[in-house]
Amino acid sequence: MTAGSISASRKRKRVNPFRIFLYLFIILTALVWLVPIAGAIFASFRPFSDTVKDGFFSWPRSLTLDNYSNAWTQGDILRKYWNTALILVPALIFTLFFSSMVAFVCSRYSWRFNITLLALFTAGNLLPQQIIIQPLFQFYNRVELPSFLSNSGKLNGSTWGLILIHVAFQSGFCTFVLSNYMKLLPKSLNEAARVDGAGVWKQYYQIIMPLTLPALAALATLEFTWIYNDFFWAVVLEQQGSDRPITSSLANLGGEFFTDDNLIAAASMYVALPTLIVYLLLQRYFIAGLTVGAEKG
Amino acid sequence: MAGIPTILHVFLVWIPTIASIGLSFTNWKGIRFSDIAWVGFKNYHQIFTVFQKNFYQALINNTVLLIFLFVGPTALGILLAYILDKDLRGTRFFQGVFFTPVVLSLAVVGFMWQSVIYSTENGLATQIFGGGNPVDWIGNQSFLIPIGEDYGVSRNFVAILVAIAWRHSGYIMVLYLAGLKSVDNSLREAAMLDGSNEWQTFRHVVFPSLKPINVVVSVITVIEALRAFDIIYVLNTPRKTEVLSILTTNNLLGEGGGNVGRGSAYATILFVLCFGFVIWYVTNHYRNTQEGADS
Repeated sequence: MTAGSISASRKRKRVNPFRIFLYLFIILTALVWLVPIAGAIFASFRPFSDTVKDGFFSWPRSLTLDNYSNAWTQGDILRKYWNTALILVPALIFTLFFSSMVAFVCSRYSWRFNITLLALFTAGNLLPQQIIIQPLFQFYNRVELPSFLSNSGKLNGSTWGLILIHVAFQSGFCTFVLSNYMKLLPKSLNEAARVDGAGVWKQYYQIIMPLTLPALAALATLEFTWIYNDFFWAVVLEQQGSDRPITSSLANLGGEFFTDDNLIAAASMYVALPTLIVYLLLQRYFIAGLTVGAEKG
Repeated sequence: MAGIPTILHVFLVWIPTIASIGLSFTNWKGIRFSDIAWVGFKNYHQIFTVFQKNFYQALINNTVLLIFLFVGPTALGILLAYILDKDLRGTRFFQGVFFTPVVLSLAVVGFMWQSVIYSTENGLATQIFGGGNPVDWIGNQSFLIPIGEDYGVSRNFVAILVAIAWRHSGYIMVLYLAGLKSVDNSLREAAMLDGSNEWQTFRHVVFPSLKPINVVVSVITVIEALRAFDIIYVLNTPRKTEVLSILTTNNLLGEGGGNVGRGSAYATILFVLCFGFVIWYVTNHYRNTQEGADS
C-alpha cells in the first residue's frame, strides 16, 4: 500500500508521456460516456420546440423548468414514488432478513445439506428471469387475494406479488454473498457463545449479525438499486398502470403520459434521482457490495 | 430458520423452472388446467420450422452479444480499471462517470439512447453522422454483417450493442478495479525491474493473479448475454433484434399472446443453454469452499 503510493508520487513529479497519454484517453472516454446523460439533462431544461428545430445538441434559445413541473403533475410522480416504496422497502428488508438466516445456518453450522442449499440459492440467482415467467404468471393469476390486499383481487397485479418474487429471486444473490462473508468470521465465536448457553437465535442476532453489518450495508445499497430499477417483473406481473412502480410505469415513456421528448427527459430525471443519490452518498458500500461477491468467487 | 426462505425460493424459482420444462411439452394456452394436453416435441418442432426465422436470428443475436460483451465492454472495463489503478488525479470522479450508467434505471437509459442519441430527426448520432439527413438508427433492419441469405447482424442490433456497451463497461471496470487493488505491488515492481514492459507485466503478472475476478466476470458475461432483455425491450425495436428472452416473453404478452406451451419451450431452450454453465460455476465454487472449510 505505502510502497505503491510512494512510487506513484515519485512518478508524478516527472512528466511522463505515457501518463499524459493515459490522461488523454481517460478524459476522452469519460466525455463520451457523459454525452447521453448530459444530453438528457440539457433537454429536460429546454422547450420541446427548440429541440425539435435544432436537435438535442444545439445552442439553447431559452431554458425553462416547465418540463419538471409538468412532468411532476402529468406523470403523477409522487404516487409512482409511493408505489415503488411500498414494494421496495418490504422487499429489501425481507430479502436481507431471509438470506442472512440461510447464510447463517449454512456457513456457521456443518450439517448434511448446507452446501446443497447454498448451491441451490446460488444457481437460482443465476437463472434468467424469463425462464420462470410463464408458470409464475399463470400461478399468480390463480391466487386470489381479498380486495384490501390487491386492487386486482389476485396475486397478479398486486404489490404483494412483486414483493414475493423480489424476495425469492434476490435472496439467491444475497445468500451467496452473506455466506461468503460469514464464513470468514472465526468459528470460535459460536463455540464461546454456545458455552455461555446462547441458543441458535441468540448466536444469530447477537453475535453474527452485528459482525455482518458491513456486508449487509453493502448489499442493502446494491439491492435498493436493483429492486428499484427492476423492470421485467413489474412489466409482466403488474399490468395496471396506476399501481406500477416508477421505473416500469415510465419505461414505455412514449404516449401514455407524455407527449414530447423534453417532458420525458424531465420525467426520467425524477426516475434516476433516487438511485443516483444512493450511489453518490453510499458509493463505498455500493462498490463493496459488488466486489464482496466477486473477490471470494 | 432457513425453512421459510428456502420454501419461498424453491416455490417461486425452482418449481416454476421445472414447470416451464413440463409445460413446454404441452399445448396449453393458459386458460383451464383441464385443457392441458401432452403434445410431445411439437412446440420445439414448430420453433425449428415455422418460427425458424425468429429463433435462429435470436440465437445469432445472443451469440453475437456474448462475443461482443467479451471483446467490447469487458476489454474496455479492464483497460479503464487498469488506468484508474495508476493513481491518476480524479480517479473517483472518473470511476463515478463510468459507473453511473450501471445504476441508472432502464427507463432513463432507454430514453437517452432512443431519443438523445438515436432519434431519427434530431438525435446526436444523426446530427454527427447524418450529414443533414434523417437516419433511422433503431428501425434499420438491414444486415451490417450478413450470415447466409436470411440471417445476420442487423444495423439496429449494432446500435443496441453500442448502448449495451455504454451500460456494461463500468460494471466490469469496478470488479477489476477491486481485483487490481489486491494485486501485490512488489510483484509488479519486480517484473518491471526485470525489464518487462507495461504490457508484458500486465499479461504475465497482473492478469493471471486476477483469476478469481476473471471467473466471476466470465460468469456474469455469459449469464448477461443469455439474460439480455431490458434495453432491447425498452428500445422497442421492430425486428431483427430479437433475443431468446424476448421470444419467451412475447408468447406471454406480445402479439402471439398467451401461448404457454411455446413460451415455455423457448424458456426451456434458454434454460438448457445456461444451466450447464451454472452447474459448472456452482460446483467449482463450492468444491473450493468445501476444501477450505474442512482444512
